[in-house]
Amino acid sequence: MGSYVPSSAAEREEMLKKIGVKSIDDLFAAVPRKMLVKSLDLPSGKSELEVSAIMTALSEKNKVYKTILRGAGAYDHYIPAVVGSVLSKEQFVTAYTPYQAEISQGILQNIFEYQTMICELTGMDVSNASVYDGATAMAEAVPMCKERKKTKAYISATVNPAYLEVVRTYCSASDTDLTVIPAKNGKTDVKALEKALSDDAACFILQQPNFFGLFEDAEKIGAVVHAAGAKYVMSVNPISMGFCKTPAEYGADVAVGEGQPLGMPLAFGGPYLGFMACKEAMQRKLPGRIVGQTVDVDGKTGYVLTLQAREQHIRREKASSNICSNQALCALCAAVYLSAMGAKGLSEAATLSTSKAHYLAKELCKIEGVDLVYKGEFFNEFVTTLPETGKVLKALDKAGILGGLPVDGGVLWCCTEKQTKEELDRAVAIVKEVLL
Amino acid sequence: MKLIFERGEEGQFLSILPKCDVPVTKLPEKLKRAGAPHLPHVSENELSRHYSTLAKAVHGVNDGFYPLGSCTMKYNPKINEQVSALPGFTGVHPLQDDSTVQGSLEVLYDIEKALCAITGMDALTLQPAAGAHGEFTGLMLIKSYLRSKGQADVRKKIIVPDSAHGTNPASAAMCDFTIVNIPSAPDGCVDLDALKAAVGPDTAGLMLTNPNTVGVFDKNILEITKIVHDAGGLCYYDGANLNAVMGVVRPGDMGFDCIHLNLHKTFSTPHGGGGPGSGPVGCKAFLADFLPGVRVTRTAKGAYKSGSAKKHFGEVKAFGGNFLVVVRALAYILTLGKEGIPEASKNAVLNANYMQACLKEDYDLAFNVYCMHEFVLTLDRLHKETGVSALDLAKGLLDRGIHPPTMYFPLIVHEALMIEPTETEPKEMLDSVIAAFKELKKVAYENPQALHDAPLHTPVRRLDDVRAARTPVLRYKFS
Repeated sequence: MGSYVPSSAAEREEMLKKIGVKSIDDLFAAVPRKMLVKSLDLPSGKSELEVSAIMTALSEKNKVYKTILRGAGAYDHYIPAVVGSVLSKEQFVTAYTPYQAEISQGILQNIFEYQTMICELTGMDVSNASVYDGATAMAEAVPMCKERKKTKAYISATVNPAYLEVVRTYCSASDTDLTVIPAKNGKTDVKALEKALSDDAACFILQQPNFFGLFEDAEKIGAVVHAAGAKYVMSVNPISMGFCKTPAEYGADVAVGEGQPLGMPLAFGGPYLGFMACKEAMQRKLPGRIVGQTVDVDGKTGYVLTLQAREQHIRREKASSNICSNQALCALCAAVYLSAMGAKGLSEAATLSTSKAHYLAKELCKIEGVDLVYKGEFFNEFVTTLPETGKVLKALDKAGILGGLPVDGGVLWCCTEKQTKEELDRAVAIVKEVLL
Repeated sequence: MKLIFERGEEGQFLSILPKCDVPVTKLPEKLKRAGAPHLPHVSENELSRHYSTLAKAVHGVNDGFYPLGSCTMKYNPKINEQVSALPGFTGVHPLQDDSTVQGSLEVLYDIEKALCAITGMDALTLQPAAGAHGEFTGLMLIKSYLRSKGQADVRKKIIVPDSAHGTNPASAAMCDFTIVNIPSAPDGCVDLDALKAAVGPDTAGLMLTNPNTVGVFDKNILEITKIVHDAGGLCYYDGANLNAVMGVVRPGDMGFDCIHLNLHKTFSTPHGGGGPGSGPVGCKAFLADFLPGVRVTRTAKGAYKSGSAKKHFGEVKAFGGNFLVVVRALAYILTLGKEGIPEASKNAVLNANYMQACLKEDYDLAFNVYCMHEFVLTLDRLHKETGVSALDLAKGLLDRGIHPPTMYFPLIVHEALMIEPTETEPKEMLDSVIAAFKELKKVAYENPQALHDAPLHTPVRRLDDVRAARTPVLRYKFS
């Protein structure tokens, strides 16, 4: 019911008179008659109360777990209250891309602050204003690295498989040769990488910590990649940047990742936030919006969309990417989250997540038949063997716990700062009970 | 305005997280960063006020008229925001078992059905995150289809009119197609002769908006799609302008094989200062097997099952798409229903024609015909006679609390201002904006300098774009 059209019947008549037609349908004279829709196959419109009831009922058909021990690209971190408050401000919610800088300074300045924070997290020089998610950020990094004689992309088999799928799609679209470097004991097989990289290698993509939660030997890999004359692309979990070595410290040329852990809800997969940052030398190859600082005619500091000569509305088919809309509100979310947490809070989130994951791993591995599948240091995810996986997950589900994700060779578990020791002990007790 | 980094005191922090209740894990030093990142150090009050200050320096749809052509800046209903924040939607992990996400799957199922009904398509994926992402997806559908027919190596050309959005050729280039730009006819529509000359055995497809970017419904649309089909190519519909024709005419009936929609334009979801959007891609049955993303089916017992299309070409994004945006759009479609959907489009067209009829008394129309949901002014003459450009006029609007129209687009119109009022603006607002335009024309002739100097009353005045690009300052430097 209703279409949010505010004009009255009398006003519409007045408008039609001014236009010089009898009815609105006359304005559609260019549409061939036989094409006109006779009846739209949709239910009748509903009142707000009915819509609210329908949507609420739909939402209640989903199960929201009290304890979530699953990550694999979507992480259940605590969201400070101030984040939701800032994000609901109508100016931020309802504005378009800040094309008119004079009346968009709030958005532009936020992007500038966001870019600064992403540079600080990753150690990189330049960040863009966001792309769709971590997977597309990874895929968009490939064309950044390609040059006339550097055309082939390489990626580790230890990246999130959902990301690998997206990189494959983008490479298939542009006819870019993509080689997957196999894993050995849950980590990138560095020897295989060294052997595989050819003279025309454009880049190698690594995820740190990788899909299995393990820290890769990223320094050595960086040296191998650079020795082959290729660019080094590293995808990182932004929470890990609370204390982990940055892509810049590992020698990466491009840093990308999924920003969802920075204040965004799980939300069945989106909207999330793809972040991208690079060394200064590559800034003109970075896709997407970039905000720069400048001055106005009175010499007052202000912000504008800049380096637009890279973008589709100027360069059309020669643009660095087709991206137009991005995830601006999610970038705002990340900036508010990082402001609320500060360096101390971010480091705490990283420490708590790691510590809880290690505690859970230790406790789970006390159960017979449950063992870590891979040796090596890990962040907040790890893979264990798990007999009777289906049964165990079902028992956890009954208790309101979303267990780890079944993957090749076992189950991928995840912890964040949200789970208490009590919750973890309870989960372990349930696993134990099933496997007794 | 101070930057967030310049506020607060070093060492200040909020109490957000508890003490660790398990043994603290110490990772080896070689895995640790050398120093902590510089992040803000503010109290919650300072933090909250900082963003309130920023918000005050932003013009949103809620702050006034926003006739940004091609962007459909309609009102964003609040019920949509409310339902998208329901914990049953926000708290769900994307990798949960189907049996625990029946509500989310039903949302995807229901909106696919509704959007197919509105567009005349047979299947649709909600995975693409934005319009351009949808274009990429749609072109990959075409590419996959051509590959399945063994024609991908021959059919390499995508035809794009010179009036098209820049994303069209950019998306085609990402899919390794060669772009053939064809000139528009003098009426802004597709030049049939140019199209006939461009198609051939190497044609992969045509990308088109209808109504087109000059706001005109191309009356030859059936002939256009037939020319492309006869040559063996496919027709792609850029849904940026769907707000003109929802419930009136369907792209599927115009002869298009696949489309993308912009839920953040046509279906009222807010644009968030640049995103997130949602760019679902619909297609005819013969392309459906190639669709990426989550495909939802309904069992005989009424349960919803997620899966993948048989020959899906891959994925364009991790997980199922910008789900909370999709939730908002579904609430909008439920509210409007079969009566409200065409009513919205018809009133969008009415509002645009009313503004056009009033403004053509003072300004030159790029194309003097009834428009659809938007129209284009050309300030070429005004510019020559007064020196006042489309940019100057736009900046004059800023001082009057009005967001300017899209400037200098489409590229085929000199000194273009593209105006899209949308259906959610009351006549009273249109009249006040029309009055502002008329007053600005007077100012242009009487005191052009005033418009070269505009804006005067915005948080900042005209900014130095050249300096920003030549000596880029892209981040705050900590001392």
